[in-house]
Amino acid sequence: MISKLSLGALCGLVLILAGPPVRAETIRVTVEKLVFSPAEISAVVGDVIEWQNKDVMAHTATAKDGFDVVIPPGKTATLTVTRAGTFDYYCRFHPNMKARLQVR
Amino acid sequence: MYARLTSALALACLISGASLAAGSGITDPQIAHIAYTAGVIDIEAAKQALKISKDKDVIAFANDMLRDHEAVNKQALDLVKKLNVKPEDNDTSRALTKAATQEREKLAKLSGTDFDKAYVANEVAYHKQVNGALETLLIPSAKNAELKDLLETGLKLFQGHQQHAEHVAAMMK
Repeated sequence: MISKLSLGALCGLVLILAGPPVRAETIRVTVEKLVFSPAEISAVVGDVIEWQNKDVMAHTATAKDGFDVVIPPGKTATLTVTRAGTFDYYCRFHPNMKARLQVR
Repeated sequence: MYARLTSALALACLISGASLAAGSGITDPQIAHIAYTAGVIDIEAAKQALKISKDKDVIAFANDMLRDHEAVNKQALDLVKKLNVKPEDNDTSRALTKAATQEREKLAKLSGTDFDKAYVANEVAYHKQVNGALETLLIPSAKNAELKDLLETGLKLFQGHQQHAEHVAAMMK
């Protein structure tokens, strides 16, 4: 009985800590042959952007006054979106690689 | 400055001259050799910059060049092995190597910002030339689809490097 009660209390505590249910999405972008694909994505604050680098060279997803994420070759890198806006981003190593992130 | 421009022009002439001489007869083994040589040249240039330069941005740029070209040349070697193609030395490769050796000898006499400016200016010019060769000669002449595909990626990479070099050059002004 005691253990059942404490289990219930624990569940209640977890629910309180978790707060209201937030559905954070993961939006995936593939980087292959020096191209971000899709080139334009939209997200809401709290979402996670995941870049998968299929190239043999390192890339970055860099937005001026926004973010600078290094994506090592053959690896993925993520960014949790923290504020709304339109972010035109590019690769610092290959500035001809360009894409856009819209955050609502 | 005049000497650098002349050597850049000479290199452009050498590439187009060799392409004219070879006509459309340039073979995949030769194309693979030229592409690989172009990468090696930029790796050598980067190594020289890492030895001489003290500038943070120039050193970062040289490290980027070293890393990218080594990775892509490894990819190229893997591909020619898979395709059972033996890269074949040719006049264009020899002309590229000769011009690059002369450029390195010239740069070796410089130091400080003189070196940095000359290195970055040459990187802009060099990538521009290789882009031209890729677009007008190497990609259209490549017969194997996978080789053509690698060259097209190489073109995007070199175009990216050219823009990166132009950016570094603009920051030094």
